[in-house]
Amino acid sequence: MSDVLARVQAEMAAAAPDAALSHGVLVLPVAPAQLLEVVKRLKTGFGFDLFLDVTAVDWPGAPLRFEVVYHFYSTRDFVRVRVKTRVAEQDPTVDSLVPLYNSARFMERECHDMYGIVFRGNADLRPILLYEGFVGHPLRKDYPKRKEQPLVPYREGGS
Amino acid sequence: MTAPAKTIPIVRAEPSRAFEFISTKKDELIGWARKFSLFPYPFVTACCAMEFMAVSSTPYDTDRFGAALPRFSPRQSDLLMVVGTITHKQAPVLLKVYEQMCEPKWVMAFGACATSGGFYQNYAALDGIDKIIPVDVYIPGCPPRPETVIDGIMQLQERIARQQHPILTKEF
Ligand code: SF4
Repeated sequence: MSDVLARVQAEMAAAAPDAALSHGVLVLPVAPAQLLEVVKRLKTGFGFDLFLDVTAVDWPGAPLRFEVVYHFYSTRDFVRVRVKTRVAEQDPTVDSLVPLYNSARFMERECHDMYGIVFRGNADLRPILLYEGFVGHPLRKDYPKRKEQPLVPYREGGS
Repeated sequence: MTAPAKTIPIVRAEPSRAFEFISTKKDELIGWARKFSLFPYPFVTACCAMEFMAVSSTPYDTDRFGAALPRFSPRQSDLLMVVGTITHKQAPVLLKVYEQMCEPKWVMAFGACATSGGFYQNYAALDGIDKIIPVDVYIPGCPPRPETVIDGIMQLQERIARQQHPILTKEF
């Protein structure tokens, strides 16, 4: 493990006791309440200045159904960390990272489109890849595979 | 005294009266003209675009079939080439472009995605453009080889040559 990641792991031991290295990426599972604080520390204290992505994983049947996954990169030390947090289906809400990274504005919209995660503090969660009027969240495991929501009525018959 | 310069005499021959008229059918004549002046509107959305570039530029050159001058206004074009995946989000745009084209107009579904949705069978992709607009020629392949596209253009040309070309339409 690189020096930086070892220092991150040591410092985050309280917030992320289960931190581990996975294929060269330090994985930090944290509670939703601590997310903003941990990410802020990563950005200001360790130079993780590039917010790469936010996505989610759907675990149907698990008590905390959605795992929200963030990736950060340090352009100073060339290392990555992955931060994970879990939320329940009834209230899939996490804090928005917009105060820390402006690019979160768009990436959180996509995650909201696809999984229905609500980002508290992101004022603009309009559809970005989907369209107005689309019902449901297509990357959730319970979205029917062949369910389509056409915007244009189909022609009779075919060509 | 200098000799007068030699000039070449201009001979005004009487024009021949042979082959001054030909007889043909109106539909054949117009069909022949139209099939060699297809102005395509490339509606290019996905990876098939690479093959579209290959087929429309030098080595294959759709200009040999009179179909190389892309018009980026639907009002000036005759052939809507739908090249690539059409998503449900894009479908209204495609329909609008089709409706803006003036008659006569033809539609080509270029590649598996435009023909049937290809391997995309999910919430996002339209299962073939013929769900929303009529299609005249389908080109198979993912992406199609340039030869396949040229074959498609030639089949469309044959179809145009055999079509009726009314000069006065009902609305006119
Ligand atoms: S048919 Fe194949 S190459 Fe063409 S747009 Fe679809 S996926 Fe891409």
